[in-house]
Amino acid sequence: MESTFIQWLAEPALTHFLIVSAILFALGLMAVITKRNIIMVLMGVELILNSANINFVAFSRFTELSLDGQMIGMFVIIIAAAEAAVALAIVLNVFNRFNTINLDDLNILKG
Amino acid sequence: MFIQLSLLILLLPLLGFIVLIFSGKRLSRQGDWFGTGLLSITLILSVVMLILKLTGSPNETITSVFNWIVFTDAMMVGTLAIEFGIMVDNLTVVMLVVVTLVSTLVHLFSMGYMKGEKRYSRYYAYLGLFSFSMLGIVLTHNLLLMYIFWELVGLSSYLLIGFYYEKKSASNAANKAFIVNRVGDFGMFIGIMILFTGFSTLSFEGLFEAIGSGQLPFDSMGWLTASGLLIFCGAVGKSAQFPLHVWLPDAMEGPTPISALIHAATMVAAGVYLVARVFPMLTADALLVIAYVGAITALIAASIAITQYDIKKVLAYSTISQLGYMIMALGVGAFTAGFMHLVTHAAFKAGLFLGAGSVIFAMHKVLHDQHDHKTDAQDIRNMGGLKSRMPVTYWTFLIFTLAISGIPLTSGFLSKDEILAGTMAFSTLNGHWLLPLIGFLVAGLTAFYMFRLLILTFHGKPANESIISNIKESPKVMTIPLMVLAALSLFFFYSFNPIGAASGWFYSAIERPTSIVPEMMQPATWTVLYEAIHSVHTLVMILSILIAGVGILMAYFVYSKKTISAEKLAQRAGFLYRGSQNKWYFDEAYNKAFVSGSVGLSKMLHWFDDKIIDGIVNGSAVVIRGFSKVSNWIDTNVIDGLVNFTAWLSQFAGKVLAKLQTGRVQTYIVYIVVSFIVLFLLFV
Repeated sequence: MESTFIQWLAEPALTHFLIVSAILFALGLMAVITKRNIIMVLMGVELILNSANINFVAFSRFTELSLDGQMIGMFVIIIAAAEAAVALAIVLNVFNRFNTINLDDLNILKG
Repeated sequence: MFIQLSLLILLLPLLGFIVLIFSGKRLSRQGDWFGTGLLSITLILSVVMLILKLTGSPNETITSVFNWIVFTDAMMVGTLAIEFGIMVDNLTVVMLVVVTLVSTLVHLFSMGYMKGEKRYSRYYAYLGLFSFSMLGIVLTHNLLLMYIFWELVGLSSYLLIGFYYEKKSASNAANKAFIVNRVGDFGMFIGIMILFTGFSTLSFEGLFEAIGSGQLPFDSMGWLTASGLLIFCGAVGKSAQFPLHVWLPDAMEGPTPISALIHAATMVAAGVYLVARVFPMLTADALLVIAYVGAITALIAASIAITQYDIKKVLAYSTISQLGYMIMALGVGAFTAGFMHLVTHAAFKAGLFLGAGSVIFAMHKVLHDQHDHKTDAQDIRNMGGLKSRMPVTYWTFLIFTLAISGIPLTSGFLSKDEILAGTMAFSTLNGHWLLPLIGFLVAGLTAFYMFRLLILTFHGKPANESIISNIKESPKVMTIPLMVLAALSLFFFYSFNPIGAASGWFYSAIERPTSIVPEMMQPATWTVLYEAIHSVHTLVMILSILIAGVGILMAYFVYSKKTISAEKLAQRAGFLYRGSQNKWYFDEAYNKAFVSGSVGLSKMLHWFDDKIIDGIVNGSAVVIRGFSKVSNWIDTNVIDGLVNFTAWLSQFAGKVLAKLQTGRVQTYIVYIVVSFIVLFLLFV
């Protein structure tokens, strides 16, 4: 039993990467949902994006997709950079207007 | 030529009316010269027409017709054209001269009489309308148009009788004249409708042609008689025949020149003219009724006239009485005599009224100057001895009185004599002896009451010296019409033979039209009537002079010599005197029967309306109110409840769901994730 687990660990395959990716996704989601600071939320979003990247690369490595996954991964990284810039700009504007970046206080759309 | 002239004669007075009613006050002297001038022109044109017609084409009937209104697809009769037409025959031209002459003189006389009155220009406008309407009746060629002008005469008489409408009595009199006339007009209209239903035409020519060719309305001789009598109803109203004579004495409330116009030439003459127009289609039965109506009217009116004290009332009743004469003459078939009496009567009766107007005018002026408001300016008991004060008025009045009494050398003698001869001949032929009896009796009464009036007004001692001694003769503008009319009351205008009208131009111009009704309905007497008249003529003449003389002598002895006391005579006569003075209680009877009858009926209807109709209305209102209360309850509780419940439900749902919208981004992300998981679990 123990040996099969170590053996499974020793032979990295697609599942391993997917598990890592899932953990990363879960962590990112937790950050997005629970953090009160917008910056922290943005960091969570980065985690989710990277978990997706791991998925792309892993699928690309272990299936016959060749380099397509890596390509998409590159795109995601680039777009994530752009997204971070835009998001931070928005955060600055939010701070200018509301004088806070605490998400719990930003609830003017409350019904 | 005749048509153009007659159109001009018809339309000039209308022009006068239109100009004066709209801009009379802006003309100098309020436009009296305008109306008078127009009427003078029509008078000249009428005289020209008379001469041209009688010398040029005496036997022709000239008509000119154009379609006024055309219904191409009228119900039941197919194409129906209402025609506007003019008919000129000898009757028309004679009548035109009479109407325009009297109207012109009345215009002239009014310049003096109405001077300084309120609504002076309006008065002249109404005179123009009156003349226009009457000329329309004279000239029209069909019954419908005649009916329209007939009503116009009614309207203008209403306006003029009620001219002093500030006086309650005047406006009442105007109403009475109008309403009583409506009664007659109603009959006339039914007659017109019967004829139209029977023959689909309204023109006199068309009707006479149809009847002459043997057609009858509803194929019945009875209907022909009935239609004739119904049309005669119109004449009964307008010519103030029994039993519709009651409006005429009251019509004295109008200005006195108007009385002259109404009673001589326009309104009352219209009735006689109508009977003369439809004369050919009257059956023997209808004519007999007409003769008796005329006789009864003549007798009743003459008997009332002898006891009246108001100078105008005496003349009013004498008018009714003379109209009865004319109608009676037409009824017995003495057509020319009846129509001639209309013409001669127009002259002397207009003169009498204008003379009375002159007297009233003078009296009124003196009373006004003396600030006397109690003395009645029209009561002959307040007069007397005016002869020397008003010589022109007196002498002309004397001539008119002689004429109406039927004294030789006057025009009245010629026509009255012929009427009496006609009734006498009629009675010798078929035994209706009542007609000549009434005729002679009325002749005597006429002479009596006219000379009573003359003596009480102009002779004897003045009733009140302070008033009478200040009386002055009326101005020239008033005395000239009197002189003209006095001249026209002499015999030579009508016949050069002072004792026989039959040889004059009038008799050759106006002939009795031949009857066109079926032979068995024609009066049997007509063929031999003229011979009979000829044989009784001398006798009748002597009798009528004698009777008129007796009447005059009676008046002389009672009122001038006072050898017979008027009071004792009145006492002796008893109920006859009281009846006469109270006008045989016609007004009272009509008040009881018709006025209080309709008041009672309207009271009953008011009660019915108030209790029954209003009760039903109110009851249904109560029911509706109850129903609406129920419906209101349903509306507020059920319908509104549903609506409100829906609203409440949406509001509630909204409130609940609003809680989900926290405004926090992270909540939404949780929703997304949860729903994604749920979907994932459900579908994968």
